[in-house]
Amino acid sequence: MDLHFTGAEPTPAERAAVDSVLGDPESGWDGGERCPELDGHTASDGQQRNLRRDRLLPALHAIQSRVGWITPGAVNYTGLRLDIPPAEVYGVASFYGMFSLSARPPVVAHVCDDIACLTCGAEGLCQELEKQLGPAGTPCSARRAVWQRSACLGLCERAPAAMITRAGETPRERVLAPASVGDIVSALNDAVEDRMPAQPDSLNAQLSVPQAGSVDLDLHLLRRIGSSNPSLEDYQRQGGYEALRKALDLGPDGVIREVAAAKLLGRGGAAFPAAKKWEALHVQRHLLKENPGRKHYLICNADESEPGTFKDRVLMEGDPFAVLEGMTIAALAAGAEQGYIYLRGEYPLAAERMQRAIHEARHADLLGDNVLGRGLKFDIELRRGAGAYICGEETALFNSIEGYRGEPRNKPPFPTQAGLFRQPTVVNNVETLVNVPLIIREGGAAYAKAGTANSIGYRVFCLSGHVVRPGVYEIAMGVTLRSLIELAGGVGGNGRLQAVLLGGAAGAFVSPKELDTPLTFEDTRAIGATLGSGVVMLFDDSVDLKKILLRIAEFFRHETCGQCVPCRVGVVRQEEALQRLVAGKSFATAAEDINLLRQMGQAMRDASICGLGQTASTAIESALSRWSLFS
Amino acid sequence: MSKPAESAAAPTALVPIPRGPVPHAPESARLREIEIQVDGKAVSVPEGATILDAARKLGIETPTLCFLETLTPVNVCRVCVVELEGARTLVPACSRKVEPGMSVKTDSERVRLSRKLVLEFLASSVDVSTAPAFPEYMERYDAHPERFGKDNATVAQPVKIDNDLYVRDYSKCILCYKCVEACGIDAQNTFAIAVAGRGFTAHIATEFDVPLPDSACVYCGNCIGVCPTGALMFKSEYDMRQAGTWDESRQTRTDTICPYCGVGCDLTIHAQDDKIVRVTSPLDNSVTHGNLCIKGRFGWQFVEVQPAEKK
Amino acid sequence: MVLLWGSNARETHPIFFHHLLKGVRHGAKLYVMDPRRTSSAQWGDVWLGLNVGSDISLANAMGREIIAAGLANEKFIKNATSGFDAYKAHVEEYTLERAERDTGVPAQVIRETAHAYARAERAQICWTLGITEHHNAVDNVLSLINLALLTGHVGRYGSGVNPLRGQNNVQGGGDMGAIPDRLPGFQHVENNELRGKFERAWGVAIPPKRGWHLTDMFNAMERGELTTLYVLGENPADSEADRHRCLKLLRGLEFMVVQDMFYTKTAELATVVLPAAAGWCESEGTVTSSERRVQRVRRAVPPPAGTRDDMEIIFELARRMGRDWGKLDSEKLWDEMRALSPMHGGMSYARLEEMGGIQWPCYDESHPGEMFLHSRLWQEPLIGPRAPFSPVEFVPPVDKLDEQYPIRLTTGRRLDSYNTNVQTGLYASPLRQPETLDLSPEDGAHYKLEEGERVRVSSRRGSVVAPVRFDPGLRRGLAFLTTHFHDQVATNDLTIDASDPKSGTSEFKATAIRIEKELTPSQGD
Repeated sequence: MDLHFTGAEPTPAERAAVDSVLGDPESGWDGGERCPELDGHTASDGQQRNLRRDRLLPALHAIQSRVGWITPGAVNYTGLRLDIPPAEVYGVASFYGMFSLSARPPVVAHVCDDIACLTCGAEGLCQELEKQLGPAGTPCSARRAVWQRSACLGLCERAPAAMITRAGETPRERVLAPASVGDIVSALNDAVEDRMPAQPDSLNAQLSVPQAGSVDLDLHLLRRIGSSNPSLEDYQRQGGYEALRKALDLGPDGVIREVAAAKLLGRGGAAFPAAKKWEALHVQRHLLKENPGRKHYLICNADESEPGTFKDRVLMEGDPFAVLEGMTIAALAAGAEQGYIYLRGEYPLAAERMQRAIHEARHADLLGDNVLGRGLKFDIELRRGAGAYICGEETALFNSIEGYRGEPRNKPPFPTQAGLFRQPTVVNNVETLVNVPLIIREGGAAYAKAGTANSIGYRVFCLSGHVVRPGVYEIAMGVTLRSLIELAGGVGGNGRLQAVLLGGAAGAFVSPKELDTPLTFEDTRAIGATLGSGVVMLFDDSVDLKKILLRIAEFFRHETCGQCVPCRVGVVRQEEALQRLVAGKSFATAAEDINLLRQMGQAMRDASICGLGQTASTAIESALSRWSLFS
Repeated sequence: MSKPAESAAAPTALVPIPRGPVPHAPESARLREIEIQVDGKAVSVPEGATILDAARKLGIETPTLCFLETLTPVNVCRVCVVELEGARTLVPACSRKVEPGMSVKTDSERVRLSRKLVLEFLASSVDVSTAPAFPEYMERYDAHPERFGKDNATVAQPVKIDNDLYVRDYSKCILCYKCVEACGIDAQNTFAIAVAGRGFTAHIATEFDVPLPDSACVYCGNCIGVCPTGALMFKSEYDMRQAGTWDESRQTRTDTICPYCGVGCDLTIHAQDDKIVRVTSPLDNSVTHGNLCIKGRFGWQFVEVQPAEKK
Repeated sequence: MVLLWGSNARETHPIFFHHLLKGVRHGAKLYVMDPRRTSSAQWGDVWLGLNVGSDISLANAMGREIIAAGLANEKFIKNATSGFDAYKAHVEEYTLERAERDTGVPAQVIRETAHAYARAERAQICWTLGITEHHNAVDNVLSLINLALLTGHVGRYGSGVNPLRGQNNVQGGGDMGAIPDRLPGFQHVENNELRGKFERAWGVAIPPKRGWHLTDMFNAMERGELTTLYVLGENPADSEADRHRCLKLLRGLEFMVVQDMFYTKTAELATVVLPAAAGWCESEGTVTSSERRVQRVRRAVPPPAGTRDDMEIIFELARRMGRDWGKLDSEKLWDEMRALSPMHGGMSYARLEEMGGIQWPCYDESHPGEMFLHSRLWQEPLIGPRAPFSPVEFVPPVDKLDEQYPIRLTTGRRLDSYNTNVQTGLYASPLRQPETLDLSPEDGAHYKLEEGERVRVSSRRGSVVAPVRFDPGLRRGLAFLTTHFHDQVATNDLTIDASDPKSGTSEFKATAIRIEKELTPSQGD
């Protein structure tokens, strides 16, 4: 491609960062040193380099964590190495919240002010930080650090939360939760002075999984969580990888049969039958032989970013091999030889645990060209997101992995027809995959005994906000919301429950009157709510729900990708209308603004490309229909 | 190999070479016809056609903004959405391919509401004063952008004039992606611009928003050729509009052939009062598909120089 | 598959390149042969950066390799060609190793290219002036035609040999008989029957012998045999190689008429200047594109006062010479022409309009035109004469490199400019940069030059001063100038007028130069 670059040259550090991902250049035309004899007479890289476009996001991560921002020189060098026009490199980089496109201090404190943290003092925390460090976004600590507000960091059980990142030759990340002003300030100072622990965080099972280690409870999905450092040995001692062996005996048809019998529905929010997706790829298997260029892909969607959701993080941190085993079984069923874990960028510990688990699994022949010597070929690559909620939408996720802006695609074609790299692709959520070994080991029919007739199996919920013991809880489906809250010690805060947000920012508010609703797909649907991603966030009656609604509106305004008009402008107009309502400054009457909100909600639901726009108004509308907040 | 038979004489320039058979392109497989219902009327279109094609065949007018025959549909403006029986949400007519048995409503209440809101969203955030399609659409869908108030967020920003050929007024940009497609994969393959940023602040940009002369831009003007709102405009037109002299009712359009190479690009010369004011190319031209290069698009200025000034 | 040979179509034929890229995006392979790694070459799957003027060695070696690997299309060769055995014997000495020495391109790359071309289901060779602006232009073309005949990549859909024309009517000029030995429709002037047809239609006697091409004309001026010249829309004073000689000869003419839109350098030397309208937007008629498509040009704006349509001027001249051709009517003229030229027979104005142009030949009004030529070669038994292989020998450029003139200068064009820039100089192109001598970064370092520094560039014929610019698309020993900006750098003061004996085209592409630091500022020569 005939690329044109501005004069900005990469520094040695920028080159090193990019080369660390892409390897050394192959010729002078690839950004290496010119070899006058050979490079002067031939080049054969033309169309080939472009095939590595999917290395773009990892390269941008490398630049960000090495240099602290995405510099013009680095954009040029990345474009040259990958044969991507610099305007597109810039377009992709500027899509992601974790990348800075202008000079920024190397140390950054991301302080969560999202809804769960708001109930736990995040606003006060930010105000105090402002006093001590100056306004958010302005450099402090001799211009070597900066703090900024952040959307949900997925640490809601330990709210309020913060995360510190430091760019440099040995980049570091560090999670602080619960975080105090003192913690943040001293961690910033440590970071500036290069005294950051190598370990970004540790999983405290007692805190994050209050059920953990309980012998009374017959836990299924959470039963192995507890060790601070899960190893393959421990996993296998507890029955790990038995399911994979059994799956290899069953073969793809058998695996699909069992999972279909278990009626496993996706746990990411959309509740689509997992076996159906696998079946859709399985029946296309014969085409793989006919066309050597054709491939099947399996993706573990670990881009958990729904405010109030943290279960996948805890599962990956506490039981990483279960995710890998589930993926391997799914890959067997779907005929995929390559898997990806697309992991939320703000989850440093989960990234480290999963990466190490992949490494160990490869060494133990549990991944690779001949898994367990049984002729199964499957390997997994970990990809980290970079701060874009939308990339949890499966088609946006494809674009993100492929090195494009994380904008959702129109469906059809569906991922099982044309997904990642336009090839048949299965996308399963982390929790869905963790259910898979369980189903195979127990058998689909046995698994199907748990839960209710239409909502089968176990489910993990994320309790946060005004609850006595926040954390991840496992229940069989069908348990009521009230029982789940009691399992977590009951309502916290001032003890007077005002509302529960069920399913996340794209979910719905329910009132204390609805606590006896069983937690099933059908019962929640009946009250106009959803299980969504398993968020159960409690608000006592001291909370100003209007502010919570505003924060949700702000979240969507921040996270819309901007591709389609109804969502791009709709979420802005929605927030503006709410602002007017909260301020009591409607043009005519509040009722008119509420009507406007409902019309916008309808258009966003009907005309947006993807689930983000389609659900961006549901939580707000659910609150408007339950309470007279603006009369 | 045996020596060629001597029967055929060597060619000589003096004698015309006899005719061979008339060549043909290889036959492409005949597409099967698919029947669907649009607003209760049956219509057949070839496999691979879209709902928009089917609606057009029935003479049903469907508004479009980001759609253009020569570009890959991006279906982002959502003004063409229709109600498809059995679908949870509305679907974009411009890109949704027909399937047997589909039943589509193009003017239902849901469709009208979404189209109205899309137009209101755009007209309340973007200056659509030079977008030819808007007045009619707004009237048809009873769009009242003013109901969002006066202080709402817009994309208003200063006009970018950084060269003598183009003007970029992103206050008028509805982010339809057409210019990006024309600059990129669908025609020019220069990729000087891309969508940057995210959400409401997503915008069309060169890398780091550098001025066009520092970018990869080769001034083919193909982005201007596809812009539906006048956000991208030839400087010649912009200057005349600023001076109040632009008057399309006084303009003629004549098709001729570009002189600058042997490709044979069809130029449509727009002349006002016998002066060339703009050059475009027809979208349905098999040579150009509406695209030109810098010479064809802008190289006409010498015609407007008086002979005395011609050197 | 496309071999783009000696063509920077990305910049010189941008809309053709769109079509080419559409193919590339659909999986077509692109191989680019060019001494420079141009913007076109950067799109190639493979770039073969051959030495200037070594094309025949490369083509012959590819031919040898294709034969040796058993990849020649024997059936096609047997059915439709002649002279294969002689060709095979001739290319025997062009081993890959020899071609590597001649071209600088690694043998392995040449081999891979030959195999890819021979194995391709469909393949085209497209070329431009990199092939034809050489002392052996016709031989260069023949060497490429040999490859097409060898593999059968001709006369079929998607295959062929394709010279990309530089102006909207270069092809049309040829079609209309602006070739020394042809009448309209490529009908040979020395064929009595064909010539007779024209003589009867026009009521005049036509000289039965071929005329002179451009180089012949200059030689005839030198010999004093040509003393009067009528120049229409050409600017030889700037565009000819070895400008000093050209200017001298033009000045020596007894009488010169220049008919042009501009008061060009050549017009300055003329006895009479006839101001003309712009053919493409101020008059009516047709042109023929590179794909043989005859297309209508139309008057979009009236010509400026004091200028006239080219045909009007010729009509007026005829009238003053005693022949009244009546009122100019472009359609009537065209109908007369297509009555005499069978290949244009079916191209009425109405059909040209309706079909958006027609590709010749189009014999009658039911004929659709032909999307490619030479389909007859695939008929069994063959229709018409066999297509001959033409063994050609690699002869290096005339202007030899030596210690005094160690650098090879080649020339070319830029995207936004056109020929001597008389038209394109008048629009405000943001891409336009002052003319520079482009050098490789290695030579920049070798000569201890800074970008923008002025150097004196000398050839055996003249010298100019130009600022330098470094272009990584060039290698050591290879320099580049355009021919657009003669006011700034008179490139053709340097170039050689060694020309091809058959086509008359000069070797603009290969000049031996040396460069020296220019210590005191000075202006050109």
